[in-house]
Amino acid sequence: MSSARGDIVSNIRRSLGVTGQEAPRRFAVTDRLTRAPTGVIPARGQRDGAARIAMFREQAVAVSATVAMVESAQAAPAEIARYLRENNLPAILRRGEDARLAAMDWSAAGLDVSTGPSDGDDLNAVSHAFGGIAETGTLVMTSGADNPTTLNFLPDNHIVILSAADLERDIESVWDRLRGRFGKALMPRTVNMITGPSRSADIEQTLLLGAHGPRRLHIVIVGSAPHA
Amino acid sequence: MTLHPTSPHFKDNAHRAMADAQLQKALGNTRTGFIEKRALAMSKLPEFDALRDAARDIKNHTLAHLDLYLEAFEKKVVEAGGHVHFARTAEEANDIIVGLCKQYSAETVTKGKSMISEEIGLNAAIEAAGMKAVETDLGEYIIQLRHETPSHIIAPAIHLNKEQVEQDFRRVHTDLPKERDLSQPTQLLTEARGVLREKFLAADVGITGANFLIAETGTSIIVTNEGNGDLTQTLPETHIVVASIEKLVPTLEDASQLLRVLARSATGQDMSVYTTFSTGPRRAADVDGPQNYHVILLDNGRSSMLGGEFEEMLRCIRCGACMNHCPVYHAVGGHAYGWVYPGPMGAVLTPSLIGVEKGGNLPNASTFCGRCEEACPVRIPLPKLMRHWREREFERNLSPAVARYGLSAWAVFAKRPKLYRIATSVAMRVLGFAGRRKGRFASLPFAGGWTKFRDMPAPQGRTFQEQWRDRGGAR
Repeated sequence: MSSARGDIVSNIRRSLGVTGQEAPRRFAVTDRLTRAPTGVIPARGQRDGAARIAMFREQAVAVSATVAMVESAQAAPAEIARYLRENNLPAILRRGEDARLAAMDWSAAGLDVSTGPSDGDDLNAVSHAFGGIAETGTLVMTSGADNPTTLNFLPDNHIVILSAADLERDIESVWDRLRGRFGKALMPRTVNMITGPSRSADIEQTLLLGAHGPRRLHIVIVGSAPHA
Repeated sequence: MTLHPTSPHFKDNAHRAMADAQLQKALGNTRTGFIEKRALAMSKLPEFDALRDAARDIKNHTLAHLDLYLEAFEKKVVEAGGHVHFARTAEEANDIIVGLCKQYSAETVTKGKSMISEEIGLNAAIEAAGMKAVETDLGEYIIQLRHETPSHIIAPAIHLNKEQVEQDFRRVHTDLPKERDLSQPTQLLTEARGVLREKFLAADVGITGANFLIAETGTSIIVTNEGNGDLTQTLPETHIVVASIEKLVPTLEDASQLLRVLARSATGQDMSVYTTFSTGPRRAADVDGPQNYHVILLDNGRSSMLGGEFEEMLRCIRCGACMNHCPVYHAVGGHAYGWVYPGPMGAVLTPSLIGVEKGGNLPNASTFCGRCEEACPVRIPLPKLMRHWREREFERNLSPAVARYGLSAWAVFAKRPKLYRIATSVAMRVLGFAGRRKGRFASLPFAGGWTKFRDMPAPQGRTFQEQWRDRGGAR
């Protein structure tokens, strides 16, 4: 019996009129996979310093996220406590094992914080972003014990801490940093790009927040100096 | 193909759709919203047209090297601990997926929104094997309750009004209090969120489609706004991705170019809320995510489209912009097209996938206004491709006899310019004279079908060619 794989690949080759052995075709593919050329990069995100943060902020707010800025990581728990209080939410949080989160003094801010993935019973979660994208106001999350993927989706309220130093101009810069961290052509199990809280317009085209994922997304930017 | 196409009956379907008051009310929402949102998003991105060129070129490059990129993709998925399965047909894909669900002793299977799973009729196959398939996208969930198919590729329940959704929720969610208020969309959404949350947590297998597959890293990408696709693929023990072979792109950079045009073209968003890149199953140090990761690569007729006159259709990224801009779609909605893919992209793709005998009617459902091609983020010349299908339908004697005789008669004149000029000149004068009082005709011989719904304006007495010559236009 012929295999489905063999049949599909040979049918593709028959349609294209190729054998799969042509050196120029093989080179074109290997070369593209190796070089990964960037294409058109919109000018909009190409800003530095405070202007890059302002761009990120503008984009994130436009998609109904809220954004706060704090001077240092030590100030983050107090800001999160304020946010929960103002939204009449209990001072309870779930977080992953991220060392940056572990180093924060949560109890001093009056917050009751537990650690680990979510089983669906958590109202609030806090995660640390791998990075941010100024062009679109997007957060970039990587999976793992540090910041479990379930925290991005199950809790009603998701709070994400983003270090200003990790704020990139565009998505392509995120790939560069990911390759530096995980290796060329290697990815963490999941990269979640998050642009605002969950929403749906499936009923009469009426846009509503809080579909299946978080109803609220609050971003806390730590510091004021994106990397150059 | 488990879904029986009604595409051969497009005309009847369209008539029924035009007479359906509920449907026409719902379609009112489609005629402006998407178009305005897309235009606004475009206006804020000066590079949009350059990105469309880049998107087109990336897809063309990938299709020209598809065999090699498929091999590269497969290798990377396996390296990441995942499994790749090839399926030549819908039946093969269903068999593989049902087999995997059985292997993992699944009872409940949650599903993210996937047009490929609609194409292969996956839900029916899963249910036939005694398991429960639950759609989790809000629109897909609603139409599953109604035993309907999607009427739009990104807004599956766009043909419904909120009162209809309320009726369905009351009919199905019988364990909830009868007197609850469901008059507002937000109450409907909250109820669906609660009901589906239990399904997400209970599911044994989660099935998603893929907007793109990346050869460089062996990654599948899903793009959603609700977060349902992510809960579908994160919580169960097994994640199955079902995608067609043309979803492949070479690199993360290439995917990024396409993502910039996808959401803008679809909903006018700069970026959808959740863009998720998945590579293999749970890693050793992970605390959540699926233990098993499978990708099913479906051909179902696509490899035969390569190198032919419909190859450009394989660039399609399923944004829905063509149907959002289509006056025919606005008038009749998606179900009239009779199979899985509606609108202009459906009119081109359907005959390719189910045959011109069954789908040949659809390319005729176009005014050739060209808005679909103008809106297409990967610049597919949809009107040209529909014209190719019309030619094929004609060549294969599949068009109706009246149309064929009419065209043959017209061809006699069209091939003889002098005769054509005389005949049209006489006809225009006769019609102009006959219609001089009212300026229009309520009925005309041989054109009863056309004049049944509108009047034919009477000609002014002279042909276009005569007027053109008089104005110095003729060379």
